[in-house]
Amino acid sequence: MMLKLSKDKIGELFQKLASSRTLYLPIDNNGQVNFGQWTPDAVVRLDQLKTVKSAKDFFFPQTENIVAFKRQGKDISIIENRDQNEPFVVFGVRGCDARSLDILDKVFLCDPVDSFYKARRENGVIVSMACAEPEETCFCGVFGIDAAEPQGDVTIRIIGDNLYWDGKTEKGKALGESVKDLLVQATGQDLEIIKKQDERSREILSMLPLGDLSLDGFEESALLEKFNSPLWKELSQACVGCGTCTYVCPTCQCYDIQDFDTGHGIQRFRCWDSCMYSDFTLMAHGNSRKSQMERFRQRFMHKLIYYPANNDGVYSCVGCGRCVAKCPISMNIAKVIRALGVSVSV
Amino acid sequence: MSNSAGIADMLIPQLGIVKNIRTDTPDVKTFRVEAPSGGVIFPHMPGQCAMVSIPGIGEAMFSITSSPTNTEFMEFSIKRAGYLTEWLHQMDVGQQVTVRGPYGNAFPVDTELRGKDLLFIAGGIGLAPLRSVINYVRHYRDRYGLVDIVYGARSTDDLVDIDEIRNEWIGHDNVNVHLTIDRQQEGWNGHVGFVPDYVKELKFPTTKTALICGPPIMIKFVLAALQTLGFDKSQVYTTFELRMKCGIGKCGRCNIGSKYVCKDGPVFRCDTMEELPDEY
Amino acid sequence: MRRIRDMMRSRAGELLREGTVNRVLGWKNGEFYYDPNPAVFETEESLDGLVYNGFSAAMLSKYLIDATKKEGRILVFLKPCDTYSFNHLLREHKVNRENTYVIGVGCDGMLDIEKLRTLGVKGIKSLDENGDDLVAHTLYGDKTLARRDILLEKCLSCKGSEHKVYDELAVVDDPWQWDTLDRFAKVGELEGMTPDERFAFWRGELSRCIRCNACRNACPVCSCLKCVFDNPRSGVQAKSNADSFEENMFHIIRAFHVAGRCTDCGECSRVCPQNIPLHLLNRKFIKDINAFYGEYQAGADVEGKSPLTEYKTGDVEPSVVYERGGA
Repeated sequence: MMLKLSKDKIGELFQKLASSRTLYLPIDNNGQVNFGQWTPDAVVRLDQLKTVKSAKDFFFPQTENIVAFKRQGKDISIIENRDQNEPFVVFGVRGCDARSLDILDKVFLCDPVDSFYKARRENGVIVSMACAEPEETCFCGVFGIDAAEPQGDVTIRIIGDNLYWDGKTEKGKALGESVKDLLVQATGQDLEIIKKQDERSREILSMLPLGDLSLDGFEESALLEKFNSPLWKELSQACVGCGTCTYVCPTCQCYDIQDFDTGHGIQRFRCWDSCMYSDFTLMAHGNSRKSQMERFRQRFMHKLIYYPANNDGVYSCVGCGRCVAKCPISMNIAKVIRALGVSVSV
Repeated sequence: MSNSAGIADMLIPQLGIVKNIRTDTPDVKTFRVEAPSGGVIFPHMPGQCAMVSIPGIGEAMFSITSSPTNTEFMEFSIKRAGYLTEWLHQMDVGQQVTVRGPYGNAFPVDTELRGKDLLFIAGGIGLAPLRSVINYVRHYRDRYGLVDIVYGARSTDDLVDIDEIRNEWIGHDNVNVHLTIDRQQEGWNGHVGFVPDYVKELKFPTTKTALICGPPIMIKFVLAALQTLGFDKSQVYTTFELRMKCGIGKCGRCNIGSKYVCKDGPVFRCDTMEELPDEY
Repeated sequence: MRRIRDMMRSRAGELLREGTVNRVLGWKNGEFYYDPNPAVFETEESLDGLVYNGFSAAMLSKYLIDATKKEGRILVFLKPCDTYSFNHLLREHKVNRENTYVIGVGCDGMLDIEKLRTLGVKGIKSLDENGDDLVAHTLYGDKTLARRDILLEKCLSCKGSEHKVYDELAVVDDPWQWDTLDRFAKVGELEGMTPDERFAFWRGELSRCIRCNACRNACPVCSCLKCVFDNPRSGVQAKSNADSFEENMFHIIRAFHVAGRCTDCGECSRVCPQNIPLHLLNRKFIKDINAFYGEYQAGADVEGKSPLTEYKTGDVEPSVVYERGGA
């Protein structure tokens, strides 16, 4: 059932949502928009197409405590201090980020289940938001995502003076129930407006310049052929080896486990890692990926060949275009797909 | 899923106590670890690994060198190579450590290896994962055919666990042991030469199934030597080591192509490696 | 800049053909107009992909650390400000001048795609540059803009059109010129704040840091073979914030490490995915160095002493911080 709310009541909606759980939405911090916790004076920017960091942060945080220890003489005590039981809503998640959670699920929820991620997934409700004005860096359609009607527990559309609320899952309907005082049923006329808007959005989505990227040939049977391609050298030569693409990516899921001496004990935490970093595979006796070419190749082979090989052909990319927008030297997965795809002769 | 102690996540370790430390070589020690209540911390199969840690110092993957048939303790043979292993080498008996696992697959001791003539080939610290299989096979000796062990190291000082080899393997259980060292040494009347060459000299019949572990370069040359003798890659198993953090195929670093060494390995049948890139 | 690009293509072709160089380090066209990436060209034919436009900001000087260790001479295109960093790397013996052929290229000021987006220009497929006039062709129609409104932060206080080192120049007689701002204005503003205000300012900015290391890896003078932060025993994490102050430590330590060496190229701020004004930390050091030791511009010269590597009895004491009221 499609519900709606007048746009001028959106503040009340946030207030209400935040009263029973933590509400995260795109917030402006000095011009940069990231998902952050809602407060009455937060500058909410639902108009921002892409937050700098994706919504993965709430399910797979950049740093997360796993377990603590105390060491005394020869003795060690293990202290569990997990903290992912808070119920929360992530509001305004775009179709690409909403889909990225499916990709993370395949990694973290397969046996053995990552209980930290699982708890956050269970405690989090996704309110996704339809894209009316996609940008040239977007190519979600290449991965079969419909940004005009994204997946999520609830999908909202903001059209004209109204916010349309479409509860899709049990979780989403329950969330709708908690704010039902603010929502009214959409009329037949509203549904017409929505239909028109969706059509208009899809028309723009169909015209995106990166929409013609072809994934033909990125399949397990081509693993060695792609791995051994001479093009990796050329593609990787300008890479500065930073972690920007990895950290803004909604599907990158590699992590490190580190210990931090708090002064009162040892806190073991997990943090995002990047296959682009030189120490990622460094061992006492050597490194299996010695140069940036090998590290660069790993990132794209993982997204386009290895991950699909292990996950029924699903690619580990949602075409959000953050790497396209943020790479310091403008190298990105779109250029890699173009260069290594079969449609382009070498 | 919880680990064997019912703790809620595979990343959360359990306690172990170091009950014995044996100095095997100038840079290898073997640590005997028990659960605080005695016995093994968790059961495993030969070839599987565990994450051993001193909180605040580090955590790393080591193969469990003791046999699953030993339910009193687990053993880890550890070479001093970096910060954590240096610390482990400095510790005394009674030190607590954390352990989590078991991780990875195992040598197919109860399936493909059953009834086969086995040829174990190890170099240096590479004996550690094979020792688990060898002692498992010795325990269930009648389930397997002939057993040959080729083991080499740089010098006599670098042969790991030589006492067990001399006192329990040689002349026992119908096991043939072929030792070699890289260069001639006073007091050594055994074979001298590199492991791959020795394998070729010994002219093993191709009816055997080989299990190899050692430095990556040794593995490559031994595999070539076996192929010279007429072995097919599908008759050869090896075990790998790459940098690992999670042990459960999620942290993303120990992959060779689409396979994670911690989860899909560490044991690989060599013919399956042909489909994987040469990045290890 | 199209004229300069044509000169670049033609000279690069000649130099490759006659064997003066065996490779060309330049910028290669991308998917859109605004995303050329640094690239090495090895054949004359491949030079068709060589571009030079308002989005060729990525500095090529640092690539020469590795590139000049290889066989043969490499042609590199340096904008005026890029030559300072190249010079500084020469001073530190990090690049091999013999293996480098520098063509100094004229510059109309580099552009900031983020500024275009902030101005509400969405879906930018391509642009036309003509002096101060820019036209963005977008999914939502054409938009006209003024170049001066979308210059990169670093170009707002341009060091000038002079190349400090080159083998030859590719410049035009009538470059577009723009008014530059005092590069220390914002530093002065920060110095005028109370310590609490200043702390709040930096916390606000640095709290956005995602520890991607783009600033470090793009920085031409962050050229250590192994960075202190890549040492797991350094006590500071290289890739995450283990506590709530770690990102501050990272940036403060990095600013100290490049003090007296920073050429104020502005790459740190340009590459920051969170748009943190990191250059302000460096400019504070530069401003103080100028005040304490006399005007010094890192990379202006290859020879001579630099203020922080030379000891003089009259050098300021640490107490100067208190004398200046803590700023």
